[in-house]
Amino acid sequence: MRLELDVNGQVHTVEDVAVWESLLTVLRDRLALYGSKNACEQGECGSCSVLVDGEVVCSCLVLAGQAEGRSVVTVEGLDADPIATEVRCALVAAGGVQCGFCTPGFVVTATGLLRDQPCASEPAVREALAGNLCRCTGYSKIVEAIARAQAELGR
Amino acid sequence: MSGPELVRPETLADLVALRAAHPDRTLVAGGTDVMVGVNFGRLRPSGVIDVGRVAELRAHEVVDGVLRIGAGVTFGRIETSLADVVPALATAARGVGSPQIRAAATIGGNLGTASPAGDAHPALIALGASIELASVDGTRLVPADAYFLGPGRSVRTEREVVAAVRIPVGDGIRQEFAKIGTRNAMVIAVAAVAVVVDLERRRIGVGLGSVGPTPIRAARAEALLAAALWPDGGERVPPTAETIAAFAEEVRRSARPIDDVRGTAAYRAHAVQVMARRCATWCLEEVR
Amino acid sequence: MTGIGSSAPRPDGDAKVRGRFPFSSDLCVPGMLWGHTVRSPHAYARIQSVDVTRARAAEGVRVVLTAADVPGRNGFGLVVDDQPVLASDVVRYVGEPVAVVAAATPEQARRAAALVEVAYTELEPLCSVEEALAPDAPALHPDGNLVRTIDIRRGAPSRHAADVVVTGTYTVGMQDQAPLGTESGIAMPTSGGVRLLANSQWIHADRNQLAAVLDLPPAAIDVTLAGVGGAFGAREDITLHAHLCLLALASGRPVKMVYSREESFVGHVHRHPAVLRYEHGARADGTLLYVRCEIDMDGGAYASTSWAVVSNAAAFAVGPYVCDDVEIRARVAYTNNPPCGAMRGFGAVQAAVGHEAQMDRLADALGIDPVELRLRNALDEGDLLPTGQPLRGASPVRRILEELRDLPPVAAPLAVPGGTANVTRGEGVVRGTGYGIGFKAGGMPEGIRDYATAWVRLLRRDGEVVAQVRTAAAEIGQGLSTVVPQIVRTELGVADVTVLPADTSVGSAGSSSASRQTYMTGGAVQAACRALREQLVERAHEYHGHRFGELLERGHDISLRDGMLELDDTTLLGLDDLVPPEGLEATRRYDHRPTTPFGADGQGEPHVQFIFAGHRAVADVDVETGLTRVVQLDVVQDVGRAINPVAVEGQMQGGTAQGVGLALMEEIQVERGRIRNASFTDYLVPTILDVPPMTTTILELPDPEAPYGVKGAGEPATISSTPAVMSAVRRAAGRDLFRVPIRPWDLTDLPTES
Repeated sequence: MRLELDVNGQVHTVEDVAVWESLLTVLRDRLALYGSKNACEQGECGSCSVLVDGEVVCSCLVLAGQAEGRSVVTVEGLDADPIATEVRCALVAAGGVQCGFCTPGFVVTATGLLRDQPCASEPAVREALAGNLCRCTGYSKIVEAIARAQAELGR
Repeated sequence: MSGPELVRPETLADLVALRAAHPDRTLVAGGTDVMVGVNFGRLRPSGVIDVGRVAELRAHEVVDGVLRIGAGVTFGRIETSLADVVPALATAARGVGSPQIRAAATIGGNLGTASPAGDAHPALIALGASIELASVDGTRLVPADAYFLGPGRSVRTEREVVAAVRIPVGDGIRQEFAKIGTRNAMVIAVAAVAVVVDLERRRIGVGLGSVGPTPIRAARAEALLAAALWPDGGERVPPTAETIAAFAEEVRRSARPIDDVRGTAAYRAHAVQVMARRCATWCLEEVR
Repeated sequence: MTGIGSSAPRPDGDAKVRGRFPFSSDLCVPGMLWGHTVRSPHAYARIQSVDVTRARAAEGVRVVLTAADVPGRNGFGLVVDDQPVLASDVVRYVGEPVAVVAAATPEQARRAAALVEVAYTELEPLCSVEEALAPDAPALHPDGNLVRTIDIRRGAPSRHAADVVVTGTYTVGMQDQAPLGTESGIAMPTSGGVRLLANSQWIHADRNQLAAVLDLPPAAIDVTLAGVGGAFGAREDITLHAHLCLLALASGRPVKMVYSREESFVGHVHRHPAVLRYEHGARADGTLLYVRCEIDMDGGAYASTSWAVVSNAAAFAVGPYVCDDVEIRARVAYTNNPPCGAMRGFGAVQAAVGHEAQMDRLADALGIDPVELRLRNALDEGDLLPTGQPLRGASPVRRILEELRDLPPVAAPLAVPGGTANVTRGEGVVRGTGYGIGFKAGGMPEGIRDYATAWVRLLRRDGEVVAQVRTAAAEIGQGLSTVVPQIVRTELGVADVTVLPADTSVGSAGSSSASRQTYMTGGAVQAACRALREQLVERAHEYHGHRFGELLERGHDISLRDGMLELDDTTLLGLDDLVPPEGLEATRRYDHRPTTPFGADGQGEPHVQFIFAGHRAVADVDVETGLTRVVQLDVVQDVGRAINPVAVEGQMQGGTAQGVGLALMEEIQVERGRIRNASFTDYLVPTILDVPPMTTTILELPDPEAPYGVKGAGEPATISSTPAVMSAVRRAAGRDLFRVPIRPWDLTDLPTES
């Protein structure tokens, strides 16, 4: 089938999409947006997190067709976002990035969180990030980075 | 198959009509169960009915002491918006998957999947909820404890869709939900318990998850506790620790757990007993 | 300038946070095909026939390959090449590759793979070490089922009459590395050979194995490291690498393959499950008199690095304690379980679960504080290890234990095990504090010729001198690509340093494992920089007429700083005057000091360097339900010299988290050879709510033999974290524990198996 998808503020026409194809595979294999990662295929790792109509969801669990008519924002679409910018800077500065495979998912999820709850407490931050697995960092420096980003954004 | 592979009805009437016309098509709500099957190569639906655009399914309201939650309401919204109305269900919602899952997964989808481990089910059973099943022939109400038939199987026919759940609400309904998982977040229940003490209607509700081929209503335990609290239908007697222990023991007896990759049968039985005791204690804390 | 000792940010950090860093699964080449693997459904079976007719005829299919299509040696392996690239006559584990398919789309490849018809005759699988080593067991490989036995004997345990004897049998479950990036890559035919871009920990080892499989000279195979999404040992062995090359060569097209998570679980090796039987004898004052230990490890169907893992388990079986009378026997066997090999901590992790539980129980038996007991037996400088190898240089063991002992108590209120799932509001919750310490060797042991190579170039660009570095060392997230430029900046005083992609155009860097790359590749980069420095001084001599050699001999100090060459803090020349238009370059190889194989009774000097860490863990346990929440972890580690302190902390914290996983939740469950939980739904790795706040204390006791005094930083925290958590849970639950991961039902009086 043919889909028109609003991704990062641009409408893309995608041809020959199978009805069962996920938003994640369309983003990666059709639109060459590789920032959303495929690591578990079942919503257990958060590496494919994107914003759909402003809500953070796992793009591997969204049918591509379900995303039609909605606004999809991937990590690439957050390049100029002021919250995401602080999150990214803080992640690099705090050492919250190692292999980096989980990182785009954390950027998207943390951006979504700080938009809704700029002053989220550390327990709230942890609960909001509980769907994003990181295998390298042990999370400490990610928690530290979110706190740094909150401090910068609160200035 | 006729017509487009993917249809996105916007009204319940259209949805049930499509369901009647294409019973072979896969219903997709939040996608969080269906897409796992797809991604693991186990499922290749030839046609999909996306229920996510039906506005009627996404509302919740309380009318005449009954909370009606549309099938399309996500667990994220139940967690945040209904915590004061149905705290046991809200607690269950908060434990569903991850925040990303809760933003997409719906209560109707949970019922559609009908997993014995579905997080909403014990709370719905304990709360005495009814499931609203809609089809072109109309709507029928099925009590939550009569809905499930087996793993992934329910009384819902291939012409029906889950339209809503209806839950009696009101003051004096004490309710607790607890779930065991072997991780502190994002985990499928090893065992789950919901306990409801309805002080006005003198009703006890107990629902169990992940301890049998379906979610289970622990009816004998309900009767035991009700009889102890309101002997001979009379005035309420403060519960003793022995009463609650006997209740928890009866809850344990109603479990029919198995060994699997997530836990042993013996542990599951033990876990529901401990959780039943704690939940009942919390429900009755202020009424002793 | 961010030289060594500074926490320079990662050069790839910005690309990674923007989602623009190309991981191996993100690569795309026009006209590429997609590969898929046909795998055995049986743990042990004879292959009667493989019929690819229907698969070949399927839509979009270009090639279908079986064992008959392997041009060279149909075998690979890091130590022995016992593992078929594609099984020909026998399959020995569930998931073993039997055929591979390349088609135009991933879906077509997957469908075609399902059409390959393999007829098997099932055989009774050997599913445990006991079954495999039973006298009547069938031999899974020509040399039998015993991969290796290590016997280490020193002194005579039997000469002691101990005041207290503690025995215990401990079980360690099969852990998975679970890197977030699954196996993936692209191979493409080249004139006369093949080019492979894939994730790896050691591209030269990949290339050498591929050369034998493909029957090509190594020079015809170019392996370039593609962006690696974590490794932790899972990428030491090749997985899809040979399959991709075979498909690319057979189809004449680029071929891409990406494993699903489920496939990744069967596609790479795991941490060896182990059973450890210990007997510790001690004097009433706590002095260890003797240790007896038997370790059995399940190597699974193929050897992988079992040979070396078992040697580590044996060598570190006693832990960082002095004991002159030891008897250690460690064995590893072939079975029909999933193959096991490298994972962070590599044999020492399993041993530490045993020796630390024993030390805790010994402390209880003697009525001595557990940290005090460890201090009384702590390994000091010059003490002999069970191999007879002395500990050279200052020992950090006492320092680590004292730091842990002196940590402030944890004041946090009781936590809620089970998180938001509402299981407890304090009912049944007990807090426990536990300690663990562990060690292993950094670098390759047992006389292995282990080296690293680096090429460094200085060139002029826009009036400035910049440096380029190329090594074949795999950046797997650990931060080597940050450390290398720091070394170059320090050595050459050049700010702008680029690390070029790792490929096989330079000499081997060895493996990104065994905590060795900062030491080894760092050493090679340092050596190449120093060779360049000599060239610069030589050129300064020509250019300036100074008698540099004489000045140096007279104790004058020449330094390179901020793009300048300085003599005794006086700027003499800008580097741009010294570097010729064509640039200057140097390639150097770094070898660590030689080691020896195990001699008689396991005696010798098999190890390069010893690396230590210790933990305090505080855990709140709901003793009725058996749920645990770790509330605080403190890690102390000696890294010799922290080249990049933040990166070192990251290794300590990340390693700790993997240890928490092994302690409490991570286990591949295998039933008659079949993995029952090959998904992230049922193989649980710790979330951000399972890993508590941590403090990190870095000790810097330099290794006089290592560049800058560095010691390997990657693994030690993974070793001591598991026993510390186990110890904390043991204290809280008030019961001895004999396995990891600890399952909730292990903390109840319920039967553990039905």
